[in-house]
Amino acid sequence: MQLRINGNIKSFDDNSMTVEGLVTKLNLLGKRIAIEKNGMIISKSEFQNTTLQDGDQLEIVGAVGGG
Amino acid sequence: MTQKKDQLVIAGKPYQSRLLVGTGKYKDFEQTRLAIDASGAEIVTVAIRRTNIGQNEGEPSLLDFVPPNRFTYLPNTAGCYSADDAVRTLRLARELLDGHKLVKLEVLGDPKTLYPNVIETLKAADVLIKEGFDVMVYTSDDPIVAKELENIGCCAIMPLASLIGSGMGILNPWNLQIIIEHAKVPVLVDAGVGTASDAAIAMELGCEGVLMNTAIAAANDPILMATAMKKAIEAGREAFLAGRMAKKLYSASPSSPTQGMIS
Repeated sequence: MQLRINGNIKSFDDNSMTVEGLVTKLNLLGKRIAIEKNGMIISKSEFQNTTLQDGDQLEIVGAVGGG
Repeated sequence: MTQKKDQLVIAGKPYQSRLLVGTGKYKDFEQTRLAIDASGAEIVTVAIRRTNIGQNEGEPSLLDFVPPNRFTYLPNTAGCYSADDAVRTLRLARELLDGHKLVKLEVLGDPKTLYPNVIETLKAADVLIKEGFDVMVYTSDDPIVAKELENIGCCAIMPLASLIGSGMGILNPWNLQIIIEHAKVPVLVDAGVGTASDAAIAMELGCEGVLMNTAIAAANDPILMATAMKKAIEAGREAFLAGRMAKKLYSASPSSPTQGMIS
């Protein structure tokens, strides 16, 4: 399936995947991030139960230096 | 008798330091950490940005150097030009920081000057406050807008001294004074401070604190400037509390006795 992550199209072999699965694949497990799926925030406690579908748009953000 | 501690209180929480600092524009994270330590700041601003995907897994992060359990993170909406973008950013920030409510709202109106768009700022503040955020708000030095932001429930009003990153200092002390006189929540200068005297002047005017980034990060020696800012904030605060003498034009009053002069 294809997902749009942070504005870029990414292809995955999997036909179905949870948000937690994706986070693991991206080596972001345990990192301080927040995720928005199709404009809705997915809380950390919902990572396991949220399934991704082909074409989903995700924003994955973190805290960076800023004023 | 114990003297009541002079603390900065924001959204009910006391802070010892009245200097709030940004974490951007430093040479590296090590310099960021050293400068923040030297500043004595307890509240540090951070920006919310897309995470690098699939790049440099072991890359150091700001959080390793400025741990969120030691500092109060103040997520900002830097780079947002609409109320919707700002609200979206801070909802993500709240999720990112485990329900953290204290945020810095800034909605910009123009990429060249980074001047705030106060109309969008008011809209965003209203939504955020209804959603339970504690909103410290960056705004222009317009006293009416400042009062409106307070009326809708912002927990701190943060007018600019001059444009973001300009280092031009306090361009309109009279407006700041009006804002301070009318506000019942803390007023902090945010943006425009260039050097220690600017910070001291802000505090002498009665600001409850100052938020700065570039003045420290862009100094030749950011760590030394951070120390200077810490002292300036403390000196300015003490001068404000002490109450300055009245300015007198030509009413000469010598400090030494006029009696006993040799002749």
